[in-house]
Amino acid sequence: MKQVEILVVGGGPAGLCAALSASSLGAKVLVCERDDLPGGQLVKQTHKFFGSEKQYAGDRGYQIGQMLLEKAKSDPKVEIWTDTTVLGIYEDGVVTCEHDGKHVKIKPQRTVIAAGAAEKFLAFPGNDLPGIYGAGAVQTLMNVSGVKPASRVLMVGAGNIGLIVSYQLKQAGVEVAAVIEALPKIGGYLVHASKIQRAGIPVKTCYTILEAYGEGKVEGARIAKIDANWQPIPGTEEDIKCDTICLAVGLSPLTELCWQAGCEMAYIKELSGHVPITDDYLETTVPGIYVAGDVSGIEEASSAMVEGKLAGLSAAASLGYGVEAAPGLQKEAMEELDELRAGPMGERIRLGLEKVAAKGGAK
Amino acid sequence: MLINDGIPTKEDLAKVTPTEERLAKGPVSIIECFQKIPCNPCVKACNRGAITMPGTINDIPLLDDEKCNGCGLCISLCPGLAIFVVDKSYSDEYALVKLPFEYVPVPEKGQYACGLNRAGEELGWFEVERVTSGGKKNKTYTITLKVPQALAMEVRNIKVGGYK
Amino acid sequence: MRIEEHPVLDFERGEKFTFFYNGQEVEGYASETVVAALHAAGIRQLGTSPELHRPRGLFCAIGNCSSCFMTVDGEPNMRVCVIKCKPGMRVEEQKGKGVVRI
Repeated sequence: MKQVEILVVGGGPAGLCAALSASSLGAKVLVCERDDLPGGQLVKQTHKFFGSEKQYAGDRGYQIGQMLLEKAKSDPKVEIWTDTTVLGIYEDGVVTCEHDGKHVKIKPQRTVIAAGAAEKFLAFPGNDLPGIYGAGAVQTLMNVSGVKPASRVLMVGAGNIGLIVSYQLKQAGVEVAAVIEALPKIGGYLVHASKIQRAGIPVKTCYTILEAYGEGKVEGARIAKIDANWQPIPGTEEDIKCDTICLAVGLSPLTELCWQAGCEMAYIKELSGHVPITDDYLETTVPGIYVAGDVSGIEEASSAMVEGKLAGLSAAASLGYGVEAAPGLQKEAMEELDELRAGPMGERIRLGLEKVAAKGGAK
Repeated sequence: MLINDGIPTKEDLAKVTPTEERLAKGPVSIIECFQKIPCNPCVKACNRGAITMPGTINDIPLLDDEKCNGCGLCISLCPGLAIFVVDKSYSDEYALVKLPFEYVPVPEKGQYACGLNRAGEELGWFEVERVTSGGKKNKTYTITLKVPQALAMEVRNIKVGGYK
Repeated sequence: MRIEEHPVLDFERGEKFTFFYNGQEVEGYASETVVAALHAAGIRQLGTSPELHRPRGLFCAIGNCSSCFMTVDGEPNMRVCVIKCKPGMRVEEQKGKGVVRI
């Protein structure tokens, strides 16, 4: 059994920042990352990030990932296990994982779950044809593996992911036939939409996909405009020839470990699914278990980093580390989160978090 | 409308376009950023302090076009690639439009590239007057296009490849 | 098709070798997952569905969804989107649920 002070599940932006902040107060941390390269979704992000200087705005996502990983690797109090999938959190506090082909048991004093999220799927006829990919999948193929994922893509979803992946597809030399969005408004940043429109990629709102078709693979799709009741308007059907359909229709928090550990969970629509109930310090209703990043509610990488920082500080402080410094640093992190969420784009998150707070928390 | 298709309207652009008088004086930045999102690298990008965000990082940036000399540093530092520089003082016939570019192949000075408007429509072939790399870390190029005066407020991108 | 020139990224692919897909030789690089190498070779159908035998391919490419199950070196139900290809590896299209050896 490996005894550990703080275990961080997930080596993405939230997990790495949690490890770094916990270590900065003096705690020893083990990060378990299921991929062979930590960095989470950052590794695929070739575009420049938003936010402020404190969240490395202006740097490209993958550069931020590399920088965080370098810091963590060179930190003597942070140990990183890659190719390690955490399998379960048990009542006796033992965490099991698959590491180096072996089943390993860990006894952490505190755990930060930063497991991220998974892409949602969409139901439509033909949706199991080869060539229907999550938008993240297409990013992995082109930005991590350097493989052209498609020749011509129909992108479903005009949130930030749908918009930015369309841009990245164009950068990889792939044609994007259109971005369609069922809602009447573009959900992502308008500057992303502007960028792709001036590259010749149309963005059509109030459109849905009727079906995907093809012999054994995607050869095209039929789309149509929808009315206020989400019904296709006859006469507006269009045929889009494409070999790939990307679904960028939202993410769901990967909360299996939270459920298993007995955290109180709630379905919060504004946070995109079932999330653990937490207090202001990101501790769940199970003492000693914290969450950070998309697993606590779908948001952005910038807030994932700050949540990670906060959760790491909270976990370390609860072990007695940084008694003097912690409260001030925690307050700073909370103010940073408030700043990121203060504008109109943060309204949905603020509403979701209010609901979480209303349901109570660990303290 | 912008919120439906991402294409700024004339009304949107009117909010950020400098006066004809200022445009005629020399190069100036035009920040085509219309939505309150948490983002402020443009403020730090300008070493003349011409870009400010008086409230929080969620506010829309304000350009002081008297302080702005159109140097174009901000173009390749805006994460949204939403900043352009227009120089209507270039000549009677032509204006210069500087735009951010993150595709390959990158055109070369002296070549002609096909200019596109905000809806991706082709406006004609224009001379590439200058190409500036953003550097090894930044990687965003700034391309200066020589366009007819009437298209100075229209051309905002180039078609990738096929340069003549 | 592999991306040769990219405006932002440089790809360090590592050592080049071949592995086998349904007995045919396929090119792969040390840094690539099986699914990436198959995609580069134009192979996007990875198996068939258990009941109706409909063609199946990739979905999430990150190990979450199980859409990409193939048999690798005799072992079924392998998520080829997270497995790196190796020289001489035998990758086979899986028809439906694989047979687990005990």
